[in-house]
Amino acid sequence: MFGDFLYLLRQSGLKVSLTEWMALQEGLDKGLHGASLTGFYYLCRALLVKSEADFDRFDRCFLEYFRDVPFEQEISQELMDWLDRPDVLTDHANWDEEQALRNMGLSEEEIEKMLRERLAEQKEEHNGGRYWVGTHGMSVFGNSGLSPNGIRVGGQSQGRRAFRVAGERRFRDFRGDNTLDTRQFQVALRHLRQFSGLVDLPPTEFDVDNTIQDTAQQGGMLKVRYKRPRENTVKVLLLMDSGGSMDYYTRLCSALFQAVSKSGHFKDLQVFYFHNCVYGRLYRDPMLRSAQSVETQWVLDNIHADYKVIFVGDAQMAPYELMGGWYRDGREDGPRCGMDWLKRFRERYQNTVWLNPSQRPSWGGYWTQTYDAIAQVFPMFPLTVDGLEEGMKKLLSR
Amino acid sequence: MSETFKGSQDYVASEELMRSVNIAMVLQKPLLIKGEPGTGKTVLAEAIAKSLNKKLVIWNIKSTTKAQDGLYVYDVVQRLYDSQFGGQGVDDVEKYVKLGKLGEAFTDDEQVILLIDEIDKADLEFPNDLLWELDRMEFHIPETGRTVTAKHRPIVIITSNAEKELPDAFLRRCVFHYIEFPDRDLMEEIVKVHFDQLDQHLLDQVLEAFYRIRSLPQIKKKPSTSEIIDWLQALIHGGFDPDRVVKEVPYLGVLLKKNEDIEALRRNWR
Repeated sequence: MFGDFLYLLRQSGLKVSLTEWMALQEGLDKGLHGASLTGFYYLCRALLVKSEADFDRFDRCFLEYFRDVPFEQEISQELMDWLDRPDVLTDHANWDEEQALRNMGLSEEEIEKMLRERLAEQKEEHNGGRYWVGTHGMSVFGNSGLSPNGIRVGGQSQGRRAFRVAGERRFRDFRGDNTLDTRQFQVALRHLRQFSGLVDLPPTEFDVDNTIQDTAQQGGMLKVRYKRPRENTVKVLLLMDSGGSMDYYTRLCSALFQAVSKSGHFKDLQVFYFHNCVYGRLYRDPMLRSAQSVETQWVLDNIHADYKVIFVGDAQMAPYELMGGWYRDGREDGPRCGMDWLKRFRERYQNTVWLNPSQRPSWGGYWTQTYDAIAQVFPMFPLTVDGLEEGMKKLLSR
Repeated sequence: MSETFKGSQDYVASEELMRSVNIAMVLQKPLLIKGEPGTGKTVLAEAIAKSLNKKLVIWNIKSTTKAQDGLYVYDVVQRLYDSQFGGQGVDDVEKYVKLGKLGEAFTDDEQVILLIDEIDKADLEFPNDLLWELDRMEFHIPETGRTVTAKHRPIVIITSNAEKELPDAFLRRCVFHYIEFPDRDLMEEIVKVHFDQLDQHLLDQVLEAFYRIRSLPQIKKKPSTSEIIDWLQALIHGGFDPDRVVKEVPYLGVLLKKNEDIEALRRNWR
């Protein structure tokens, strides 16, 4: 049943697996859709979609597969008033088998054409008929109608036809751009931990091995021993390139940022932003507002050398930006260019990696110059799940 | 299954939510609920328990919670102490095995509702550690050699604030529902459930102000259902004139919990 629908969903990036598909079949067997398309829509969504970020994607697939006819022509207020009559008739007295069959045979285009004609002709209220736009009738348009197919015009939706619900696409705003990768990144980041028993914490954790040993040595008199809890001692300094050529990788970088900031198992996390390369100032926010900036030297002085440093950037810029020597900070021996700053970072921090969302440009020598130059200063890894994992290992090595 | 959930006296559920609850109950899968804070994720379980007349077992997840805690805890230290002072029944390992919330739900003589609250608070691998237990509804205690099997499959409700991503394998086994923030009509219905007698004029004014506050982009932490109820309570208690509500927005501290939000509102109101 609807096997194609499964593949359509998968094609559009929803990770629907066979487990969920079987659950859907089971739900249908048990009649959970309540023999209505609306019920079917909700059943599908509850079982196949696992994040509100994917609701919109699902809505679109549902519309595509079960076809939708949004009717967009303008409708006069008078007609809308006639149609707003949910009270007229509530039984199926107007059901007409023959008309139903005839309506079933109509294509969406034909119905739409008929509606346009009727809108031009109609001059009064009609309810329960099979030709005009009205309520509770057998014609293919109007509302609260009994026709098996057709277009709803005005009024409160009673059956809340599924097309309409999906057509509203209320979840457009939830389309996350980062939910897919965040978890994978988080898992990779878990490699970045270094446990230490030397943390200054009160011994609160029950130490089984030493308790057994001490108890045995005292001839069975119980001696309870506690130890200091193991804690992750890794502190991270994250420096991200922002703006310019990095805009292409916003999605990827924000996934990484979310993973890093949410993982919460680091002892400390400091985040700074820079543009293209590190110069005299670093910024606290990705908009690079100078009100939020600090001097790079301050960072070097105040952030301890045992921090693990992660640079994120595409390492592609005009060569003079990196090595030009145009930069002056007033001091004679001050850094002359971006490269000098990067070298300062390398001198101070033992463990530094550069994560690059972009691949090494394969053509031309221009952009590769800075790419290669930076790769010589810092170990460079691609910003992929595997690259991140390798980078984390590198950060932990001494 | 003849039992269906239709909301309860004190809990107004949207049609979609009721559908999801019933799907989860019939298919015997855990129901995963996400949504903005304050949209009644936790209260839902209470409402289901009440409307189906079943016991509710709540397992509150904290950042330190381990999957094991929910199954059982073997109190080694107590047993060691007891053995020293010659306490009774030290030989009986069973005495030192205490069932956790999940174990409690499994061993109950009647079907219960099990609420696993805020699953995203725990460690990243936490949901994976529960896969087998939630799938098969059983677990093994090696210390006593006992296998605890659910007498009646509990109805499992899991809530998440989306602080962490949940693993795919876990999601695959759940029925998912996202609680949308209620629109004005539904909110009116919800509020009325909480107050016996409510001046319609006051309610209109309050809703007007409330949705306008929510629509301000400068507000970081948007007020939610629980806040509007507190606010109404405060307004009624203070006997505030309904006509001045929208204009003056009194008792702002009840609605907005952040200093910068209150300032932002003062600056942007009107």
